[in-house]
Parts: sequence; structure tokens; C-alpha cells
Amino acid sequence: MAALESPQPAATTTAMRHAFGNVLSVLILVLIGVLAFSIRLFSVIKYESVIHEFDPYFNYRVTQFLSKNGIYEFWNWFDDRTWYPLGRVIGGTVYPGLTLTAGTIWWVLNSLNIPLSVETVCVFTAPVFSAFASWATYLLTKEVKGSGAGLAAAVLLAMVPSYISRSVAGSYDNEAVAIFALIFTFYLYIKTLNTGSLFYATLNALAYFYMVCSWGGYTFIINLIPMHVLLCIVTGRYSPRLYIAYAPLVVLGTLLAALVPVVGFNAVLTSEHFASFLVFIIIHVVALVYYIKGILTPKMFKVAVTLVVSIGMVVCFIVVAILVALVASSPTGGWSGRSLSLLDPTYASKYIPIIASVSEHQPPTWPSYFMDINVLAFLVPAGIIACFSPLSDSSSFVVLYIVMSVYFSGVMVRLMLVLAPAACIMSGIALSQAFDVFTGSIKYQLGGSSNSTDNAEDTNNAPKDDASAGKTDKGEEIVKERSSKKGKKKEREPADKPSVKSKAKKKALVLPLETSIVALLLLIMLGAFYVIHCVWAAAEAYSAPSIVLTSQSRDGLHVFDDFRESYAWLSHNTDVDDKVASWWDYGYQTTAMANRTVIVDNNTWNNTHIATVGTAMSSPEKAAWEIFNSLDVKYVLVVFGGLIGYPSDDINKFLWMVRIGGGVFPHIKEADYLRDGQYRIDSEATPTMLNCLMYKLSYYRFVETDGKGYDRVRRTEIGKKHFKLTHFEEVFTSHHWMVRIYKLKPARNRIRGRAKKLKSKTTSSGWSSKSEKKNPWV
Amino acid sequence: MKQSSVVDLLLLLLTIAVLATPAFSDLVLSKVERRIDVTSQFARVTKTLKVVNPGSESVSEFMLIFPKFLGNNLAYLSVKTKRPVANLSVKKADPKGIPDSISVYSVGLPKTLSKGDTLTLEVVATFTNVLQPFPEKITQGEIHLVMLQESSQYLSPYTVESQSLSIKLPNARIESYSKLENTKLQGSELKYGPYKNLSPFSYSPIVVHFESKAAFSVAEKLVREIEVSHWGNVQVTEHYNVVHRGAQLKGEFSRLDFQARPNPRGASAFRHLLARLPPRAHSIYYRDDIGNISTSEMQSDSKKTELLIEPRFPLFGGWKTFFTIGYGLPLSDFLFASEGKRFVNISFGSPMIDLVTEKLIVQVVLPEGSKDISVTTPFAVKQSREIKYSHLDIAGRPVVVLEKDNVVLDHNQHIQVYYKFSNINLLSEPLMLISGFFVLFITCIIYTRADFSISKSSPTYLAKLQWDEVLATLQEVQSIIQKCLAAHDKLEASLRDLSRTGDIQTCKAARKSTDSLLKDLSKELKPLQGFLQSSPSASHISPKVEELVVKEKELQEKLMAKHTTVVEGYEKKSSGRDIENRIASQQQKIIALRQEIEDLLEFIDEI
Repeated sequence: MAALESPQPAATTTAMRHAFGNVLSVLILVLIGVLAFSIRLFSVIKYESVIHEFDPYFNYRVTQFLSKNGIYEFWNWFDDRTWYPLGRVIGGTVYPGLTLTAGTIWWVLNSLNIPLSVETVCVFTAPVFSAFASWATYLLTKEVKGSGAGLAAAVLLAMVPSYISRSVAGSYDNEAVAIFALIFTFYLYIKTLNTGSLFYATLNALAYFYMVCSWGGYTFIINLIPMHVLLCIVTGRYSPRLYIAYAPLVVLGTLLAALVPVVGFNAVLTSEHFASFLVFIIIHVVALVYYIKGILTPKMFKVAVTLVVSIGMVVCFIVVAILVALVASSPTGGWSGRSLSLLDPTYASKYIPIIASVSEHQPPTWPSYFMDINVLAFLVPAGIIACFSPLSDSSSFVVLYIVMSVYFSGVMVRLMLVLAPAACIMSGIALSQAFDVFTGSIKYQLGGSSNSTDNAEDTNNAPKDDASAGKTDKGEEIVKERSSKKGKKKEREPADKPSVKSKAKKKALVLPLETSIVALLLLIMLGAFYVIHCVWAAAEAYSAPSIVLTSQSRDGLHVFDDFRESYAWLSHNTDVDDKVASWWDYGYQTTAMANRTVIVDNNTWNNTHIATVGTAMSSPEKAAWEIFNSLDVKYVLVVFGGLIGYPSDDINKFLWMVRIGGGVFPHIKEADYLRDGQYRIDSEATPTMLNCLMYKLSYYRFVETDGKGYDRVRRTEIGKKHFKLTHFEEVFTSHHWMVRIYKLKPARNRIRGRAKKLKSKTTSSGWSSKSEKKNPWV
Repeated sequence: MKQSSVVDLLLLLLTIAVLATPAFSDLVLSKVERRIDVTSQFARVTKTLKVVNPGSESVSEFMLIFPKFLGNNLAYLSVKTKRPVANLSVKKADPKGIPDSISVYSVGLPKTLSKGDTLTLEVVATFTNVLQPFPEKITQGEIHLVMLQESSQYLSPYTVESQSLSIKLPNARIESYSKLENTKLQGSELKYGPYKNLSPFSYSPIVVHFESKAAFSVAEKLVREIEVSHWGNVQVTEHYNVVHRGAQLKGEFSRLDFQARPNPRGASAFRHLLARLPPRAHSIYYRDDIGNISTSEMQSDSKKTELLIEPRFPLFGGWKTFFTIGYGLPLSDFLFASEGKRFVNISFGSPMIDLVTEKLIVQVVLPEGSKDISVTTPFAVKQSREIKYSHLDIAGRPVVVLEKDNVVLDHNQHIQVYYKFSNINLLSEPLMLISGFFVLFITCIIYTRADFSISKSSPTYLAKLQWDEVLATLQEVQSIIQKCLAAHDKLEASLRDLSRTGDIQTCKAARKSTDSLLKDLSKELKPLQGFLQSSPSASHISPKVEELVVKEKELQEKLMAKHTTVVEGYEKKSSGRDIENRIASQQQKIIALRQEIEDLLEFIDEI
């Protein structure tokens, strides 16, 4: 039996425990932030502080422009370096959130005289924002299931591989800030829902605005929240808090969203947003019903219901009819291609080869779930169950969130990123509840035995500061859960803290001591596996910047820096206004690193233009030369991996060039390039394939390297070995032949006599074939 | 190019012929030896001049003249006397009556040269851009040929009695050379002369056409930033815009040829640059706009640090590239003190060997708060001042900017930047940071402690105050209830003692003390309850509290009853089982009540 303490200290210990718990959670949160930041630095340590991949280069270039020219110039920026000769209005077609964020950070730092370069700021934006994202996860989960679950979820999110893949240092992409914005918007929604405060509702609209600025994925929010609102209404959970959480969001949010140039009137015109308006109407109707119910007697209310329902039906019908008419009148039925491929996973591969050609738009495979969320996949169901006991407004929201994101991630690999926070929240809840139960029963058992009283008499155990201790415990448990060293301590600690939970609950939850300890150890092991996997994924799988490749050979690390080599060459040794044609993958990098005008880039907004380049690449040399010449192209850049075995080269992407080109220009027929349904470049290849520009530019003089022309990617000898280029000349090939740049030869002089003769001829094709044959230079 | 130079030469000769020579004193050069070294990309001319004054007037000035096309490319000129060794001052002169096609430099002699005196001068001159690639465009496989134009006779305003010229060519193929009298080719050395008794302004053009394997690496612009930090580091950052100034590449560049047969296919390209950095250089990096360049090697020993850098791509004629190298140097090797001032003693030019810099900008960034800045340089440079704002600067750091065109290896001499700096300034930035964080924390503390509500009379504010009071009261109620429960426990304990010892008296005493304690507690509880009932914001709590108090009372009564029963039982010496039977029903109720109370307490606690 515990000694009778004087009452005053008991109260102060409670306060102290509270304070201690708060300080501890703040400390843990800071550590989580550090963890989230530092686990993403592998790319800088293993490689260098450099922008990664493709899209980040565009964002980097925009940020450079922004920091150099200011915000107004940025809004009006017409970029003539891409999509030549069309150009692109960057200010109006880009989600500005990321660039504005990084630009602001840069500006603040520089006005404090901390001279960081724009590049450095861009490289480290993503890690910084992932720290923010894990804090936002803490807040969100805390609103749902208390701070213990919040801390657990924050730790899990800080290192979930799926998110790491998009936010390592250097991965300067929209998703880097958008995930933070997403979670934070959800947090504010839940916070408003729990408090009913207009202050948070306004903040929520602002957070939503930030999300709209940052990423096209904002449609997920504006569909998920209405769904939840609808769910609440249907399950009879309507409250004024729900109204405050939803109505201002729709009104303010839509107004603010329309301010972003790239969204503009889409915020009210496209069907992705219609769900929110529909629910907006519904919630008003419901609010009205509740209000009337309050002021009428039950009898009168029944009369009113029948009246309103009949009128409401008519109004709804009209509104729906108008909407359907509007949607039907727009060409894609009001849904953009990417959104449609979300609803119908086969849509893209059927109709839009450009969307299908991007690997991240493909449905994921099962292993990628394990790779990207690892053990969370197993914890999520437990979390869902925990959310149902008891089901609150907020927990129903996270359940809805996980369900929707699981569906979307199943459609597109890229949306795995939306699943990751949901999975972390669920797993955090599951872990925290499990730890609660296990440590609770251990405490109970140990507490019981130390007092040498049996269960029946347990009623008499020192009943001090009940629930408060439970709360701080949760916080502590999370720390221990992370560091398995401290794990052992946990078992000792409860001994000096007598059991505190109410008996009724306890009796239901009590598990045998040994079971609890074993279960705890297993959970800690599970966590350890997760940590190991995450660190491995961060270090090995997701840190490669993809512009620098490395390979480990016998004589140490070998670096393949061919991309930058050739971009540097382009940037220093060609005229500043020269146009460079390449497949669209390299468009952003060429404009950013080489500062040269490109024909197509990763923005892929103009299918015809891309198809033109695809057609040129799949045409014979002469025809390709004419296409390129008409586009004022001076250099053609191809990526070739055959010498060193780099698999994602242009020959492997060639099928998309043919498909996209053929989709617009029917004279390119995919069947011409296929032998037995495959793209082949060996001796079995079709003549069309062996004569197309891509083949020739890739394999020009390749046979002379080893005498056979053995392609290390396709693992075969090439089909046509010795050939000459007539309309192109090689001007640069990088050290490992990964990038080859060719120059278009100038048009040949017409010979006077022949020109006269040719005047009578009408078709230009006839002219070209003749002159080609007789020209002495060919 | 060649054509125009030749025309220039002809013009030059014409003008010289017309020229009367009143401007120059009538010194005589008794012996002139010239050696021209063209093994690298520039021409380094070393002359030994024996000057005699045959006239009556004493002379204190000596004139060096060059044809304009050489004079324009003159990068470095130094004149020394042999015995005693002394550097003479050289300045560009513009005497009247000299045609435009001649550049004139006047040398101040160490002592006036009176009649019959002789003096030996050592002249070193370095010319850039005088080796003209010819042909101007070559393909990847062709060899790189360059052409040198000179005069076999020493161009001088004075009579030359005897002179000779030797040209040191790179050890390679010689395409052609002007064959005059007394011309000899020995190995790679071409000799002209000796020639005797030449009148002033004699000129006889020669052209040598030969293969050069030297790297024609030219930095079109080089910005060297030398940042001095009194925390112990000198950070040097150098931005190079390098171009290959040899014959331009014509036609294709084939990597295959370059890799398979680098010689001769690619002989005209250069792949490496060698930088000889000061010893103890550390934290060396090599990068460009788009990131790190991984192709560099470093070797260091106690005397020097050698950095072999390879540009991203081999540079062929006309190709350009850009890169940055940076390194840190220990401050103690470069910072010295003299006469109350400090001075940085650091090399002026680029550490790259075989690199000609067309425009060199050296920025010496001194620590914030440096004063009385002055610069000494061994040769004339353009100076200006700037302010640079870097980490946490307020006033900015003074920057000494030195600019010079056409810089060659001979310019790699030390410059000294003198300034005054007090060490107190070093502490300003840490102090600023400390005070910044201090202020931040203080603000946080104040913010959490102080009451910032705008209106002290607004209903929400009042409600908040009231609520705080309610919470405080609640806590008191809680603690009292806890005390009651503790008292109950004591009572139970006494009962247990009774069953063990059978000592009725102590048990009764315990009962008495508990009774009084409980009475006191219930008295304390009354006003609190009253307050909770009266305050409107506690309306939803007060019933619970009431319930709690009632339950507690009930429990108390039950306990008392149980106690009495047990004690009575003992007094009557009833059997233990009898007593237990009697209190069994009470015991159950007590447990149930206790449970309810704890539930209520938990509920209140959650508020």
C-alpha cells in the first residue's frame, strides 16, 4: 500500500508531469524534425548537393528566374526557351507554390546576409518541408487519437520510404512541399471540426490555397473533404462545427484557388470540383433542416419536411441536369486526362500514350507497396480498427482518407505518395494503441505484485493522479519505442508507478504479463525492421540524382557524369539561340543546364509537338532532317546506353516515340518497326527500324568500338553496322557515349542548271530523291 | 591575319625609313643577344643589351621599342641591370614624332650614363597571342601549326653594333622559316645572326611556321576572390572562363577517334590543367554552374599542393568552358603584422600553369571593420573598392578590387594588402547571434507568461478568467476527495491491523482521528461546492461534482458502518467468518462506490 502523501504535492506532481510531458513531446518533435531532415541527406553525402532528375531542374530554373527578376516578372514570364516556336507562358501554367516558397526562403536568407545560393536553397527545401510534414502529421494524429499516436505517426512519416523517394535533398519537386500542405490542410480541417472555431476555418482555407499553389493533387483534398462531410451527414453526425469546417473552406478556398493562374476558372468549371459544390448545397439544406427542426414543434416539422423534400427534389434535379449538360458539353467530359486515368485505370493506356509513357503513371506492383510503406501495410488494418473504437468525426475522416488513398495508389505509382501519410497516421494510431494496451497490462501486473495484494483487493491501491500519468506515459513510450535500448527500461519503470487506469477498462484489457512483454518486444522489433528498411531505402534506393551515375568496380567507384558533360558542352560551345531537339525527357535539363532552346520538354502540354519530334526520330534521315530544319533545329541530342549498359536510353524509349508520333501522323506505323511484336535492333530488325534516325544517331560508328557493335543494354549485336550520315554530323559524344549530339548539316546549294530543270517538276519529293542520288557529296 | 600583318610590317618599314630620329639620344648598343622561347603558347623574349654612351651628353633614360602588333600583346616587361642586380622602372612613353605603328617604353636608368660609360641590361618580355595558328581551322586529326612573326634584326632607336637572335622552338616539326643570311637551324633551335653595324630602326621580318603541342589555354576572364577571415582561414575562390585559343576545330568531333587514337586524333586538344596551389591548401573543390566535376586529382606534400583538373570535356580549338575552383588556406601563412598594421601577402595571378589570363580581377575581401586599407603591387594594376555583404554582416566587408589585363605566369608575384583591424570585431557576430537567440527565448517566455488579451472586460475574457477559477476549484475538490479516499484507506488498514493483532483500542483511535479528519475535509469542501454551484461556467460540471461528493459521503458512511460492525464483532469476540459474512454485502457496495468515485474523478480530471 502506498504511503499517504500530503495532498498538495500530489497536485503539483500532476502539473509537473504535464509540464514534463509537454517538454518531452516538444523535444521528441524536434528530434523527429532532425531525423526527417537528416535521413534525406544521403544523396548529398553520397553524391553531391545537386538538383535531381528532370522536373526539379525546371523548378530550379523557375526559381532562379524568380530570384533574379522578382515576382511580377515571374507572373508575366513568357519562356521562349521551350516548345520552340510556340513558347510557354510559365507564370500561367506552373503551380507556383514550390518556387515561391523556395524563392521566399532565399530572399529572407539573403536579406539577413546569409549568402546561400538559389541552388542550395532548392536542394534543401524538400528535407526541410518533410520535417514540417512530420510535425503536421503529429498535429493531425493528435487531433484524432491523442499525442501518443501523434508522435508515433510523426516518427513513421519522418522516414517512410515512399515520401523519402520524393523528398531527398535535391529532389526539388512540387510534392516536396505539397505533402506538407496536404497534411496541414487536413489537420486544420479536423481542428476546425473538433473546435468549431472560425479562426481555424480561415486558416484551413489558407492552407488549402497553399496546397492549390503547390500541386495539382489539391483535387484530392477538395474531393475527400466533401466526401467526409457527406459521410458525417449521412451517419447523422451533422453539427454546427461541421458546417463551420466545411462552408468557409468551399467559399474561401474556391475564391483563393481561382487566384492561382494555372487553376483560374477551372476551380468552378471542371468536374473535379463539382463534388464540393454539391455537398456545399447539401450541407446548407441539412443546416436549414436542423434549424427548422429546432424552432418547430415535431408535428409542424413533419409537415415542413414533406414540403421541403418535394421542392428540394425538383431543385436538385434541375441543378444536376445543368451540371450534366455542362460536363457533357466539354470535350473530355470536363475531366482532365490525368484525373480520368484515376477513375478508369485503363483510360490512359488506351487513349493517351504520353500519360502512359511515364513510368510513374503506371499502376504499382505489389512489391512496390512493400518497398514504399514496408511494415505500415500490416499495421494499417489495426489502425483502422482502432479508429472505430470509438468512431469520432475525426477518426472517420482518417479512415476515409486511407481508403481513398489506397484506391488511388493502386491506380498510379506516383500517388503512393498520398497513401504514405495516411498509412503513417493509421500505423501510428495502431502502434500507440498497442503500446497502451501492453504497457498498461504490464503496469497493472507489476503494480499488483509489488503491492502483494490480489486482484480483488486492488481497489485499495493508491489512487493518485490518474489519467494524467497515462498521458505522459504515452509520450515516453514513443521515445522508447524508437530506441530499442531504452525498451528494456519500460518494463522496470511501471513498477514505481502504481497502476492508474480505471478498473473496469483495465480488467477488460489486461493481458498476461509474459504475453505483453513478448508482444512489446515483437513490436519493437517490427519498428526496428522498419527503421532499417527506411535507412536502406534512403541510402541506396532513392538517393541517386539520376544525372550522375556511379558504379562500383574493382578499381573503386566509377562516375558516369556524361549528362552534365554534354550539357556543359552545349552551354559553352553552341550559340545561345541554337535550338536543340531531343526526346521530351531531356527538355527540362537542357533548358536548365545548357540554357538552350528546346522543342519539347517534360511539360508535355502539346501532344502534336511531341508527336512531331517522335515522328522525326522515327523517320529516315532525310525526312527527319526536313522536319528538324523546318523547326529551325540546329542540334539533335540522343541518349545512348549501349556502350556502358545504361538501360533508360532513347532506344528503349523508342516505342513511345513511334506510338506518340503515329498517333498524330498516321504515316508512322508501329507495325513497321516491330518484328514478332518486339522492337528489335539486331539483324532481325525491320528495315524501317534500321533506317530511322534514332537508330542511326545512336549507333553511328558504334561498330568501330569493338568491331562487332555489341549493344550491352539489348544484349545483342546491332543489325546495321556500317553506315554513314548524310544530313547530320557528329559534333559531340560524351565520355561514355551516353549522350551524342549531332548537328544538322546546312542545306546543300542548288546547282543552277538543275534548279531550272526542276522548276517544271511539281512534287518536292520527286526533287529531293533525284537530287540526292545525283549529288556528288552523298 | 597573316596578310594584314605583313601589310603592317611593310607600312612600318616605310614609316621608319621616313623617320628622322631627333627624339632619341645617340646611345649605341654594342652587343644585343635575343632569345625567343616559343615552346609554350606565348613568346618569351629575353634580351641582353650592352649599352654604351659614345656621345657627350649624359643620358638617364633608355628607350625600348616594339612594333605595334607586338607591343599590343606585351603582357610582361621587366628590365634589370646585372651588376648590381636591380629592377628598373619601365613606363610606356609616347614621344613625339613616333609613328603609330611603334610602341615605346622608356626605362629609367639607375644612374645617368655619362660619356663612355657602359651598362648591361637584361630585358624580359612576354608576348601573348603572337603565335598565330595557321591554318586557322583544322580538323580533329590534323596537327596544330602556328606561326611566329619577328624581325631578325633588333628594332631599336639606337645603332646596334652586333646582334644575334635565337629562337627556341618546341621539339617538333618545323614547317618553314625565313631563310636569310646567317640562318642556322640546330635541332629545335633556330639562329639568326650575328649581324653587325645596323643603323637605327633596322627591321627585317622573319616568319617561322612550326608545330606546337602546347596547350593554348586562355582564361578570357578570371575572378579570384580571396576572403580573409580572422577565424583562421583564407578562402580563395576562382572562377575561370577558359577557351582554347589554338586553331579552331573544323568539322566533326568523334569521340571514337579521340578515345581510340588520341594521338594524333585529338592532339590539338588539351584535357588537363595543372594548378600549383600553396602548401597546406585544404577543402579544395572543383565545380561549375551545374555541380561538382569529379575529374580531378590532387597531390600534396609539404612544399606545394598540386591539383590536376580535367574540364568536363576535352577542349578543342575554339571550345570554351567554365569552372570554379576553391580552396582554403591557413591564415598564419599569409597574414603578417607590421608597424601596427596587418597585411595579407598573397599571390596575384592564377595558380594554373600555362594559362594566360586576358582579364584578371582579384577581389581581396577583408574582415568587417577593417580600416586604413592600402595595397602594394609589384606592377601597375587598376584598383577600386567595393563592399560585400556576407554572413550576418551589418556594415559589410571592404573589398579591394584589382584588375589587370593580359596576365601571364610572370605576374605570379605577391601583393600586399595592408589594413587595420581590431580583434574585438571578431566577437561581434557571435554576440549578435547569442543576443538574437536570447531575445527570442525571452519573448517566448514573456508571451507564455503575460496576458495579451486586448479587452479586459470582454465577455470571453471574463469567461476565461472564471473558467480558470473553476478549474482551480475543481483541482481543490479533487485533492480533497483524494484525501478522503486516503483516509478511507487508512481506515481499511486499521481494520486489517485489527484482524492481525486484535488490538481494538488502536483501531478505535484510528477511527476517531479519521472521523475528525473527514469532518474537517467535508467542511473544506462546502464552500468550494457552493462556488461551483454559483458560477455559471461550471454549470455542466457542478452536478458531477455534487454526485461525487454525495457518492463520497455514501462511501464514508458505508465504511463507517463496516468499521463499526467489524469492531463490534471483535468486541463481541465473534468468529472471523461471522464478521466477514456480516460485512460481505457492505464490502460489495463499498467496492462499487469506490469504482464510481474513481470514474467520476477521472471524468473531472479530463476537464
